[in-house]
Parts: sequence; C-alpha cells; structure tokens
Amino acid sequence: MNHDHYADAYIRAILEGVRTIAMVGASANAARPSYFVMKYLSERGYTVFPINPGQAGNVVAGLTFHARLADVPEPIDMVDVFRAPEAVPGVLDEVLALSPLPKVLWTQLGVRHDEAAARAEAAGLQVVMNRCPKIEYGRLSGEIGWTGVNSRTLSARKPALLGKGLQRLSISRGPKAP
Amino acid sequence: MDDQTQGGDIAREPGFATLAVHAGAQPDPTTGARATPIYQTTSFVFDDVDHAAALFGLQTFGNIYSRITNPTNAVLESRVAALEGGTAALAVASGHAAQHLVFHTLLTPGDEFIASRKLYGGSINQFNHAFKSFGWNVVWADPDDIESFERAVTPKTKAIFIESIANPGGVVTDVAAISAVAKKAGVPLIVDNTLATPYLWQPIKDGADIVIHSATKFLGGHGNSIGGVIVDAGTFDWSATDRYPFLSQPRPEYSGMVLHETFGNFAFAIAARVLGLRDLGPALSPFNAFLILTGIETLGLRMQRHSENTLAVATYLAAHPKVEWVSYPGLAGDKYNALAQRYLPKGAGAVFTFGLKGGYEAGVNLVSGVDLFSHLANIGDTRSLIIHPASTTHRQLSDEAKTAAGAGPEVVRLSVGIEDVADIIAGLDQALDKV
Repeated sequence: MNHDHYADAYIRAILEGVRTIAMVGASANAARPSYFVMKYLSERGYTVFPINPGQAGNVVAGLTFHARLADVPEPIDMVDVFRAPEAVPGVLDEVLALSPLPKVLWTQLGVRHDEAAARAEAAGLQVVMNRCPKIEYGRLSGEIGWTGVNSRTLSARKPALLGKGLQRLSISRGPKAP
Repeated sequence: MDDQTQGGDIAREPGFATLAVHAGAQPDPTTGARATPIYQTTSFVFDDVDHAAALFGLQTFGNIYSRITNPTNAVLESRVAALEGGTAALAVASGHAAQHLVFHTLLTPGDEFIASRKLYGGSINQFNHAFKSFGWNVVWADPDDIESFERAVTPKTKAIFIESIANPGGVVTDVAAISAVAKKAGVPLIVDNTLATPYLWQPIKDGADIVIHSATKFLGGHGNSIGGVIVDAGTFDWSATDRYPFLSQPRPEYSGMVLHETFGNFAFAIAARVLGLRDLGPALSPFNAFLILTGIETLGLRMQRHSENTLAVATYLAAHPKVEWVSYPGLAGDKYNALAQRYLPKGAGAVFTFGLKGGYEAGVNLVSGVDLFSHLANIGDTRSLIIHPASTTHRQLSDEAKTAAGAGPEVVRLSVGIEDVADIIAGLDQALDKV
C-alpha cells in the first residue's frame, strides 16, 4: 500500500480497533516525545507497555517498562516504534516472533523503512509509518485544533468528552459516544 | 515529513467555500453551541496537577492561558491554515505583530533578511527602524528584478519577505521565481498574502514556506477588528542546518525539547507561539478572533464581488479625462497583467492606485468631494475607502521620496467595497466633476 498518504478512515480504524500498544524505545525522560506520547495514549484509554532494556522493571507514569516485546504479559495489538529507521527490521523480527501476532506496526515521525513495511504487510499486519499516534489521535478527535493545527477533518457532529477531564476529547463522535 | 498531518478523504477534498464556513470549528462539546463561542476568559482550569504539568511541558493538547492559546482564536488559526493549505497557524494582535513573531523565530542579532522594496509603508518602517534596533538587518530587493534577490543573498541571510500583491500600487510579485531563489539559498520564503487572500491566491502552492496576514483587512473584511495570522506551510526543513536554533536545537525553555523533532511539519507555528507569542505577548482578543472568523465565512463571496467591482471601477477611471493613469493588474495592458493572469485568475483584488492630471490639488479635492467613499487609512472593508497618500500617510516625505514610494502628489488609492458598483462609480463620478 501507499505509505506517502493515509486516509483518515484507515488511521481511525486502527486507533479505534487497538487496545494494547507496546512502545519500543519508550523513554523515562519527560521532555522526550517517546515519554509523553506513551503517557498521552495511556490517558486516552489504551493499555501501553513501554519497551526499553535500560528501564526494565521501572514504573514511570504508572506504566511498567519491559526489556523486550516478548516480555509483555498480554497480547499486543499494536507495536509503535520510537527507534531510528535502520532499527526497524530488527524490531520487526521480534514482532513477527510474537504469538498472537500484533495487528499493527506503527513507526514514529521521521521513521520509515519500506522493506520492513512490505515484510510486515506480507505477514498480515497493517502498517503506518512516519506518523505520530498522539498527533493522529489529536487530529481525529479535534484536540489538535486547540493549538491552531489544521486537522484536515470537518465534522458538524458534537465531539465526545473523554473521562472526567474536560480538556480531553475522544475520537468517537456524537451518538456513537460511550 | 511533508505529508504528516495530511489525512482526509483523498478522493474528495473540501472546496474553499466549505472550508471557509467549517474548517477548525466543531460544535461545543459541552453545550452543543454551533457558532464558535467567544471564550472571553484569561485562563483555563486544569484537570489536575499532572495535567497542568503536561500542558506547561507541551506534552498534551489543551489551554492554559489566553496569551498562549484560546479556543476561539484556535478556530480562527485552524481555519486560516486550512484556507491557505498550511499545516497550522497562529493568530496574533495585528499584522505587524505577526511579522515581529515570524522574524523573532528565525533571526538572531546580526542576521539579515531580504525584503521586496514594494511593501506596505508600515512594513518598510518596521523593517528599517524597529527591526534594526533588534539587530535584524533588512536588505532591500526589487520584485521587478528577480536577480536583485539573488544578488542580495549573503551567508547571514535567514529569510526572504515579499507581498503577493503589494500595497498600494497593484504590484503582482512572481512568487514562484522568488521561491526558487529562496530554495537555492536554503532560506524560508515569507509571503504577506493580505491583499490577495487565499480565495484569490494560495502562495504555498507557489513555494511560500510561511504566509502572513493582516487579518484586519479582507479576512475580517468589515473594518471592525485589528488582527494578524501566521501560517506554517510545513514545507521547510528546519533541521537541515543549525541556522534556526529555535526549531532545531534543544530548548532550555522546555527542558531540552527539540521543537522540529517533536512537532514535525507544524513546528514553526508552535515555535512562534511558545517562544514568540508566549514571551513577547501580542495576543489577539478572543472577541476580535470571533469577528474575524465570522468575516471569513463569507470571504469567497466578498472577494469575488470586491474584484468584480474593482475591475469595473478601474475600467471607468482608465477612460476618464481627468485621470492620467490607473495601476490595476486586472486591466488589460497593465504592467502586471500577465502575472495577474497567471497567479490571480479569479480576480486581482480591490486595492489600487490611480493618478489625477490635476496633481496634489486634484487629489485633495477628490477625497473632499466623495460621499460614498470613506476617507481613511485602511483597506479591505465592505465599504469603499479612499486616501490621498501625499496629504496624509506620506505627508512627511519629500516630493522625490513620495514618488519613489508610489505616493506622488497626484496619486489616489482606492479600496473598492462590495456596494452596488453603479453607486460606487456614480460616487466617484460626481466627485471627479468637482475636481
């Protein structure tokens, strides 16, 4: 599939479909995107497993780090890769060794590896590259517009508030809201 | 990274009129209010301490304080970004504030930028005087001589600044040609698109990296609110060199965060907000944002009517015995007509100048004799506006300097409104009779 451009429906189906996300290259440093993307997704209702051998066993923002994908105690729906592009094939090897197989391989902004993507797709995974799930969630929920970003979405349906916080929206819309 | 925030249904991109009404706005999640509410508040309650920390660290989306973000202003920002085809925008207190924040984000003391000589007089003043006191040095170039931009490039050059249609003289700038110079020099191209508006021209398609607006003019369109907007095209690679440290280097203000790495193709808009607006403070009032936003809903309709009326008025004046010359790029035979046909197929806008055979005296008599036209120093109003620069805005200049600035003694500037064109022409006609 074409990885230069993704339709909203493709991204939305992935973000609505997955519940557990393993984040390879997650950080314990609060100034790093690999920390606050993990925290943001956790606050939006996903079960997030940070993966970083140097942090294994540590609990950060309420989330327990694991050394390797194979150590995660639950089935993983999506693997989000916060590593340099050349590390993606190695991560993919670990992903493909998991059972059950994750449904989605996602690589962060600036991270793209077309050969690995083709291999993941051949194994039946959906692939998103060079995107940030936090930005995509914020774009589809409308939260990103609070910062003046062009969400490239239009909707006349009322957005759904998420949880107890008022400054938090869900990607669900109108009558379909929980 | 160029495609990062592009989503949407590929098969069906919304048209301009749809974006002008809808982009950036959604029903209020708590009350269901359909029009964008005016969030007339300084501050926003945090969900909890953790949420506050995340907001201050730029780690989550949300509002803290209206100097930095405000939900009404944010709808305006998202909408202008959508209309210009940019990734994000920042709304500020005025067009001048927009320019200040753009250059603050790009330049450090001792740097240079190249600017077209054919600019709004207020911008020429800002660049020559206020910016010099910050150590940001303007180097002027001639938009009719593209090579003059190339010759002006030095190792200190950090940006190029032009107006798409220059105020007041109806100069149409060859944006694509100047974009090629900027790309070769490795610097961003900043385009002031105030006079054209994105309805008539979207300079990002011709290579602009940053677009700015005085929203006071056609975006708001009703002469009721001062405001400015900065649009990030998302096209410039801030990390290709270390020349733009606000974007490419760890920021001590935010615990070492690198804005380009974190925010990708909308990093410039974020930098202008959190390192510019936050610290320098020219925030837009949410009430003004609401009025400008309401104006934008009819932007396409108005610009169409403005341009039709203006072409008719310019045609009438060109044939009038008391008129020496008319400078409107929409007129066949005008110096800029070829560029207007290429860049402005929907119309050449509403602002132009013309010269009276009777010189200074005739100019003064004309502005004194008009009834429907308002004699004032603004443009881009629903109402028709007139000014005689030599006796007002350019009064202090010598005759030679007036002429060089396109404000010679015989020059009159019009901003043609959206009234019935027969009334506009009749209004000018009766005043010209008395000149």
